[in-house]
Amino acid sequence: MSTAASLHQSRKRKNGVMMTLCVISAGIGLAWLALILGALLYKGLAGVSLSVFTEMTPPPGDAGGLLNAIYGSIVMTIIGIIVGTPIGVLAGTYMAEYGRFSKLTTVVRFINDILLSAPSIIIGLFVYELMVRPMGHFSAIAGAVALAILVIPVVVRTTEDMLNLVPNALREAGTAIGAPRWVVIRSVAYRAALSGIVTGILLAIARISGETAPLLFTALNNQFWSSNLNAPMASLPVTIFQFALSPYEEWQQLAWTGALIITLTVLALSIFARSLTGRREDK
Amino acid sequence: MSAVQEALPAVRSSRDATVRRFALTDAIFHATTRAAAILVLVLLGGVAISLFAGSWQALSTFGFSFLTSESWNPVTEKFGALAPIYGTIITSAIAILIAVPLGIGIAIFLTELCPRPLRRPIGMAVELLAGIPSIIYGIWGLFVLAPFLQTTVQPFIISVFHGIPGLNGLFAGPPYGIGLLTSAMILAIMILPFITSITKDVFDTVPSVLKESAYGIGCTTWEVTRRVVIPYTRIGIMGGIMLALGRALGETMAVTFVIGNAHRISTSLFAPATTISATIANEFTEAVGDLYTSSLVALGLILFVITFLILAIARYMLMRIDARTGA
Repeated sequence: MSTAASLHQSRKRKNGVMMTLCVISAGIGLAWLALILGALLYKGLAGVSLSVFTEMTPPPGDAGGLLNAIYGSIVMTIIGIIVGTPIGVLAGTYMAEYGRFSKLTTVVRFINDILLSAPSIIIGLFVYELMVRPMGHFSAIAGAVALAILVIPVVVRTTEDMLNLVPNALREAGTAIGAPRWVVIRSVAYRAALSGIVTGILLAIARISGETAPLLFTALNNQFWSSNLNAPMASLPVTIFQFALSPYEEWQQLAWTGALIITLTVLALSIFARSLTGRREDK
Repeated sequence: MSAVQEALPAVRSSRDATVRRFALTDAIFHATTRAAAILVLVLLGGVAISLFAGSWQALSTFGFSFLTSESWNPVTEKFGALAPIYGTIITSAIAILIAVPLGIGIAIFLTELCPRPLRRPIGMAVELLAGIPSIIYGIWGLFVLAPFLQTTVQPFIISVFHGIPGLNGLFAGPPYGIGLLTSAMILAIMILPFITSITKDVFDTVPSVLKESAYGIGCTTWEVTRRVVIPYTRIGIMGGIMLALGRALGETMAVTFVIGNAHRISTSLFAPATTISATIANEFTEAVGDLYTSSLVALGLILFVITFLILAIARYMLMRIDARTGA
C-alpha cells in the first residue's frame, strides 16, 4: 500500500473514531437527562392526587398536600413579575431606543448580563441585608423582591433584543407623521416587538418559579396557610428542599410530586414562550 | 383673509402648546427609561455594597486569615472560608472537566452529524433542559444518583485503586454516596445544556464558505471541525465555558442536596465536603450571633467576587465574537 493510501486510511479512521465519540457523547447526554426526567415522572406521579392541591403541608408522618406552598409560590411569583417587569421593559426601552448608541447602554448591557447569571443565593443575601434585617423578620414581600431582582435582567435582555429587531423604517414612518418619540415607541415599536417581550416575561416566570436559593432566607417557609405578605410564606421550591431532606416518607413523596409540578410548569411555560417567537420567525 | 389672520395666533399657540406638551411627555418618558436603566447598575452596586457591609464584622475580626483558615466552629466563633472555597473550586473544576468534552461533542453531533429533521427537536430539548430548576437535579442526585454510587460504583472504584499510591488517597472510602464527586457529577449534568447550546450557537456563526473550502480540498469532518470550526470559534467556546463555570461556582440547590455539608478539606473525592453556596443555604437561617451571620455573608462576598470576575471575562469573550460576526 502506498503511503498516500495509508495516510488516507488513518485519516478516515481518526475521523470515524472522533465522530463516534461525538455520537456517544450525545447519547450519554440525552440518556442522562432522560434518566432524570424518567425518575421524576416515576416518583412524582406516584404521589399525584387531588389532595396534593387541596390540603396543607402536613406535620411529619402525616398525609397532606402542598396547597399553601403552591399558593405562596404563585403569589410571590406574581408580585415579583409585577415589580420586575416594568423596570425591565423600561430599561430595555432605554437601551434600544433613546440610548442605543450611548455609553451608558454598553455599560448597562454588560452589567445586566452579569446580573443575569449571578448566583441567585447572592441575590437572597442582598435582599436579606436590604429588607429582612431592617424589618426584623422574614416576609413574603422580601421573597417577592428577591424574585423581582431575578426577573429584571431577563426582561431587560429580551426587551432590548426584540426592540432592536424592529425595523427603523417603522419608527421613521411614525416620526414622519409628527408623532413624538414616546408615542412612536409605545404605538409602533412596542406593538411590533410585543410577542418577543411577552416571551421574555414568560421565560422570566419560568426562571423564578423554580428558584429556591433566594427564598430560603427572605420568605423562609411556613407550615401553615398564610396570605399575610408581611409574614413568612411557604413556597413550592423551599418546601421541596425541606421535605426531601427529611427522614419522613410522606414528606419525601410530596417533595417528588412538588418537583414534578414545578418541572411541568417550567417546561410548559418555556415551550409556550418559544412557540410565540417561533411563529414570528416562520412568517 | 382677515378672518384667517385673526385665527392664526390661536392656531399657532395651540400648535405650540401641543409641541411643548409632546416635548415634555417625551422628556418624562426618556428620563423614566433612563432611570430604569441606571437602576440596573444600582442593583449590582447595591449587591456589592450590602455584601461588603454585611461581612465587615467577620472580615475585620478575622482579617486575611478568614481566607486561609480551615476552621468553622460556631461554638468558639472561629470561622475560616478555606474549606468551602476548596469544595467550590474542586466541584466546579471536575464538573467542567466532565461537561466540556461532552458538551462540545454534542454540539459537533448537532451541527455536523445529526440528521436534519432531528436537529431542531434535539437542539430545543437541550435548551429546555437548561431551564429546569436546579432543585430538580438536587433531588434526583440525593435519591437516585447517590444511592447508586454508594452501593455499586464507589465500592468498586475504592477496591480497584486500593493498592495504588496516590490514587488510593483520591478515592478513599467509606462510600457515603454523597460528597465531592457526586456534587461534581450533578453540576456537570446541569451545565451540560449551557455548554452545548452556546457551543452550538458559536459553531453556527462559522461562515459555510470556510467549511466548504476545507471540505473541498478533501478534509474529513473531524479535520474541518478541529482545524477550521474550533479555531474560528475558540473565543466563543471559551466564553461559554467561563459562563458555565460561573454557574457551577454559584449553583446552590443541586449541590446542597448531595455535598454532605462537612467543613473539612479531604483529599478523597468520595468524602463529604461543602461549598460556599451550600454552606450559606444550610446554615444561614440557623446562624446564631452576629459574627456567625457576618461570616456567612462574607462567604457570599467571596463567591460574588469570584463569579463576577469569571462572568465578566466570559461576557467580554462572547462580546468579542458578537462584534466579529456583526462586522
